[in-house]
Amino acid sequence: MTNLIIRRIFLAIIVIFIVSVIVFLVMRLLPGDPIMVYISQQQFEMLSDEQIQVVRAEFGLDKPCPVQYINWIFGIIRGDLGQSIFFSEKVSTLIMERLPVTLHLGIVAFTISAILGITFGTICALRRGKWLDTFFTTVANLGITVPVFWLGILLIYVLGLQLKILPLFGYTSPFQDFWLSTKQIIMPVFCLAIYPIASSTRQARSAILEVTRQDYIRTAWSKGLNERTIVVRHILKNGLIPVITLQGIQVSHILGGSVIMETVFNIPGMGRLIVSSVFAHDYAVVQSGILISAVMVSIVNLFVDISYCWFDPRVRYG
Amino acid sequence: MADIAISKTEFAEVPPHISEFSRIRRVFFSRKLSMIGFIIIVIVILTAIFAPFIAPYDPYEMNPDGVLLEPSLKHLVGTDTLGRDTLSRIIYGARTSMMVGIVAIGIAASVGMTLGMIAGYFGGATYMIIMRLVDALMSFPMILLALVLAALLGPGLTNVMIALGVGLTSVYTRLMCSQALTVKENDYITAARSLGESNIRIMLRHCLPNCFPPLIVLITLQMGTAILAEASLSFLGLGIEPPGAAWGSMVNEGYKHLLKNPILSFAPGVAIMLTVFAFNMGGDGIRDALDPRLRGTL
Repeated sequence: MTNLIIRRIFLAIIVIFIVSVIVFLVMRLLPGDPIMVYISQQQFEMLSDEQIQVVRAEFGLDKPCPVQYINWIFGIIRGDLGQSIFFSEKVSTLIMERLPVTLHLGIVAFTISAILGITFGTICALRRGKWLDTFFTTVANLGITVPVFWLGILLIYVLGLQLKILPLFGYTSPFQDFWLSTKQIIMPVFCLAIYPIASSTRQARSAILEVTRQDYIRTAWSKGLNERTIVVRHILKNGLIPVITLQGIQVSHILGGSVIMETVFNIPGMGRLIVSSVFAHDYAVVQSGILISAVMVSIVNLFVDISYCWFDPRVRYG
Repeated sequence: MADIAISKTEFAEVPPHISEFSRIRRVFFSRKLSMIGFIIIVIVILTAIFAPFIAPYDPYEMNPDGVLLEPSLKHLVGTDTLGRDTLSRIIYGARTSMMVGIVAIGIAASVGMTLGMIAGYFGGATYMIIMRLVDALMSFPMILLALVLAALLGPGLTNVMIALGVGLTSVYTRLMCSQALTVKENDYITAARSLGESNIRIMLRHCLPNCFPPLIVLITLQMGTAILAEASLSFLGLGIEPPGAAWGSMVNEGYKHLLKNPILSFAPGVAIMLTVFAFNMGGDGIRDALDPRLRGTL
């Protein structure tokens, strides 16, 4: 197993390297001058050609591409993510301010979705064809369908504006005012979690149904084991392994969803930072934002794969 | 003579031949949800094609006297901030959604399947390089990648299609690659190779048709994903430029007038939901109909 984990870590490093190359190339090769990462549109138009050459040299843009890449990567390793034009602040400061907010919402949403999704899926599979199955399957089919930004607005309208039981939007740190913070995150967390809950339910349902069809389950029934033992020891243990491996995708989904939810609920997190930087053409922030998101997803996937080795004895001893 | 008589009785016991296609069709349409999905898909496609004939008003015609009207018999779902008929705009929005969905999936599927086929068929170093690239692409949250690409490529619907296409490619590559890996082990591939057929010909003529069934399912399911993603991007303000109608941007416009006229925001969302639901259910139906493990039970 150690070998497997070492190989997996090695792969993760390669993937993160490719991710960084993609981000670098996307920012350099797409239409627009890469100098826009460092100076704003207005400044660019004001400068004369010679001055632009000076700026170019200052940021090392006159050097060949690989050299630029290496400089950029070593900057990031040192914690230098560049300077934001729009916010006129260090990108690292901006991200350190906003990342905890996104992580707070994301981790809560992920925990809820993993627990609820797997529970609902298991219930559906074990009570196949009964009303509970029909109910949760229908809800799950709607959950993978609903546009979350629309759901967010609907919730704001019903719970915030009409019933007035939850604050409309905004974010407060839980260390400042825990109660208000919790009330504020109910709606965004629900919207972030709805898709992962629904898709986990569907995956868990079909994975467990697959297992219940196996011969060893029939054997377990026929040798007279009670239902509890069969479900916990045999069905769940085998059925949930593929579902756990898919939780990595849910993290990616929650990170993507936070881009939308933070805009709807006006939450000062990474997602909204990226959206406003995209529209302000603040490329230094955009570049760091997507790099950090992708690296986070890669690391989560690494952990998921390692946990898979641990959960599945066939891999552990194989 | 005797021989013929014997074979006749033997044939009489063979059950009537059912073609694979009609079996799939029967399973698909016998499921209520896939049937509903199919009907909605047909309606949305027809709406998109015949939008000018169905829409009661011109979706771009502004009317300063009828701003933010409540739903009435004249305007079934009211009017927006510029007095444009919301229903007409929703009908035209179907065009945007379907167009983006089809083109984005077209790009994603063709690029992804080509890469996946090459990776799976040749294996070795090619496989390693392509699959690591796909792993890296998959690390980006899809919406985020599409958002950044669309923003960098510049405004306009075409760029949103390209951005979504790139964002969705990796799934096709993965599936196609795993399909090609299994299919290429078959004897008919070896046979084709021993006949001296070129790699390209084997890939196109022998591999591709046999890899196809799961890809059809993925394409249908991903249509829903693409439409949802397009709606999210246009909600954020990327994609179609005003005065063009897109469901996502209509939800966003309505959000600003939530207290005055909530239906402005809710109605286009229902349209998104119905369409995505239809594609998801259709995809599920095709999957069940094609699933070889369920063959004979349905």
